[in-house]
Amino acid sequence: MRINWTSVCVDDQEKALRFYTETLGFRLKHNIPLGEHAWITVVSEEAPEGTELVLEPAGHPAVVPFRKALVEDGIPYTAFAVDDVEAEHERLVAEGVRFVQPPTDLGTVITAVFDDTCGNLIQIMEEKAQP
Amino acid sequence: MDIYRAIADRTRRAILDELVDRSGQSLFELCARLIMKHGIGSSRQAISQHLDVLEAAGLIRTRREGRSKLHWFEGAPLKAIGERWPISTAEDTSHSTDEDNEK
Repeated sequence: MRINWTSVCVDDQEKALRFYTETLGFRLKHNIPLGEHAWITVVSEEAPEGTELVLEPAGHPAVVPFRKALVEDGIPYTAFAVDDVEAEHERLVAEGVRFVQPPTDLGTVITAVFDDTCGNLIQIMEEKAQP
Repeated sequence: MDIYRAIADRTRRAILDELVDRSGQSLFELCARLIMKHGIGSSRQAISQHLDVLEAAGLIRTRREGRSKLHWFEGAPLKAIGERWPISTAEDTSHSTDEDNEK
């Protein structure tokens, strides 16, 4: 058993595809039309054969209150690893991305949280080298 | 809720410390800072209740930014402490000593 896919629920799949590829810089891997929606996955340019992120339509009624509650408390349900949180923060702010939490040193990790414009907060995390 | 009870708790003081460090934090960020920097591993629900106490005492205020609720430190109520028990400076002390000598 392998963890090959993980999902993020998005308000609008096309808008999400643009944000996740053009703004964040992921690469489209699959875009398979399935009636009203599509099965869309993106991968990291740094690991194109790695885990795929499925841009799942947020159509189920339960998703609405679930995500609303998470966003209200500033909880990022999805997190990505980066080498340099400060550099990514600077790059994404220049792209117009809104951060709920700027880069914050929490001892063993540096984290920041941004709004993906598709209904989610996303955390980026840099693991600090252990002394 | 009076401010004395509000700041009588270690976790609530740590919350204020963190909000002074950075204004406008979400519940998530506060919880992350409390566990990573202060070793306070209380549940989000418990921290949320502490925030309610601090807000009732007027020591924090909240604002929505986008769809997130963020928290700010509000120091004004602490003025009441300094007004009730004024801090005498070194100058004040020497002055009162002089007065004592004059008597």
